[in-house]
Amino acid sequence: MEKILPSVAIGCLLIVVWWMLVVVTGSVIFPTPLQVVTGIWELSRDGSLWADIGASLYRVGAGFLLAVAFAIPLGLWMGWVRGAYATLNPIFQMLRPISPIAWIPIAILWFGVGNLSPIFLIFISSVFPMVVQTTAGVHAIERRYLRAAANFGVSRYTLFKQVVIPAVLPQIIVGMRVGLGVAWLVVVAAEMIALHSGLGYLIIDSRNAGNRYDLVIAGMIVIGLIGLMLDRAMRLLEGHKLVRWRYAR
Amino acid sequence: MPAKIAVKDVSKSYASDKGPLHVVDSISFEVGDGELVAIVGPSGCGKSTLMNIIAGFDRPDQGCVSTDGVLRTEPSSRGILISQHGSVFPWLTVQQNLMFGLNGHPHEEKEALADHYAEMVGLKGFEASYPHELSGGMLKRAELARALVVKPEILYMDEPFSALDALMNLRMRNELLRVLTEEHHTVLLITHDVEEAIHLADRILVMSARPGRIQARFDVPMAHPRRLSSSQVQELREAILRELGVEGD
Repeated sequence: MEKILPSVAIGCLLIVVWWMLVVVTGSVIFPTPLQVVTGIWELSRDGSLWADIGASLYRVGAGFLLAVAFAIPLGLWMGWVRGAYATLNPIFQMLRPISPIAWIPIAILWFGVGNLSPIFLIFISSVFPMVVQTTAGVHAIERRYLRAAANFGVSRYTLFKQVVIPAVLPQIIVGMRVGLGVAWLVVVAAEMIALHSGLGYLIIDSRNAGNRYDLVIAGMIVIGLIGLMLDRAMRLLEGHKLVRWRYAR
Repeated sequence: MPAKIAVKDVSKSYASDKGPLHVVDSISFEVGDGELVAIVGPSGCGKSTLMNIIAGFDRPDQGCVSTDGVLRTEPSSRGILISQHGSVFPWLTVQQNLMFGLNGHPHEEKEALADHYAEMVGLKGFEASYPHELSGGMLKRAELARALVVKPEILYMDEPFSALDALMNLRMRNELLRVLTEEHHTVLLITHDVEEAIHLADRILVMSARPGRIQARFDVPMAHPRRLSSSQVQELREAILRELGVEGD
């Protein structure tokens, strides 16, 4: 409780400053905090807020899970097999700095303006950090553990199941946290294009349909809160007993 | 009958910035079945390099190592290496660690064996603990038990108790001697601690500074349990220290 007290205090202060600035400047377009709260209330009453949240979460969930299913085996393989790393790593390093936003035209060309486009963009945005983290995790396994495994002469299956994967799991989870964070950033941008649902659409539509900046800011706040919750959920994974060894001591 | 471990004319160099670094220089010795032989030497004299070659993790430039007359070129579960830093897997429980090297046994049998050896080294009641919940001494016991459970013919111990405090070091030596009366093993021990070598070994080989050669051999005829304060032990200790270039007091 004492830990979050300063954050709460700063938050309150910001709201007060925001409110005062709107009143002092006499802005007619920029909303006061009260108008934003009423905006959120209005959206949740007619159900559109929940539908938009659901749509965004669905796209993030689908794209992210596809990326997980793709990135983890690939990362393990790249980390383990030197040749795979030498071949694929330069390609990933080149693709990685390309903003997912830059993929939007290609996404529309390939997948149209339905759900598949944002799912593809989320996949693209979250797959790279997870591949990179998983690969780095394999490279970071201490030699003494691999030696011990070699000493006991265990099968390849046991080696992966009991040594490599558990050793890399903490890194995989870090990668998933980063990946999910990026995915949540990107879904909003992706939905601003041509879709008719989602939190990104809510923001762009509120602005286009009559400068409803109270709803724009309401949408932003909801995005922030859900992003925070997703990150918290991923942090819970870090406390799982399978990876707690990494954070002990 | 061939010796349990036969080291013949083993040499090893590493490439360095200042040309090849000669680490181990034509070392030969044998270890009989059930014998405990200690190699003492100053730090950096190539003891660990030699141990890695003997245990099969590294290849010599010249010479060869054979166990039971068979050339050793790779590690095998018939000889388990226990090193200073330890390699108990932090992501597995004590019991899972102990079961790690057991291939081909039914699960219940593995558990029974693991629990038997956990009890033998005094880890009863800690089977479900993770390594980060154990003290340094208990971690060593777990490592020892994990080696013993696969019933290796040879234990390669590379400074096994160096990281422990003096009291725990002494306690673990006594534990090891007790275990060796219950189970039949050939032990090759590397240490920089002359007293530890005299306490445990049947024979002691003294290694010179780099490039490491065997410069003296001592028999330790005293029966167990050995009184480290006895004059016989003190004389032997001083003789070995003189070989190492340290005058006794």
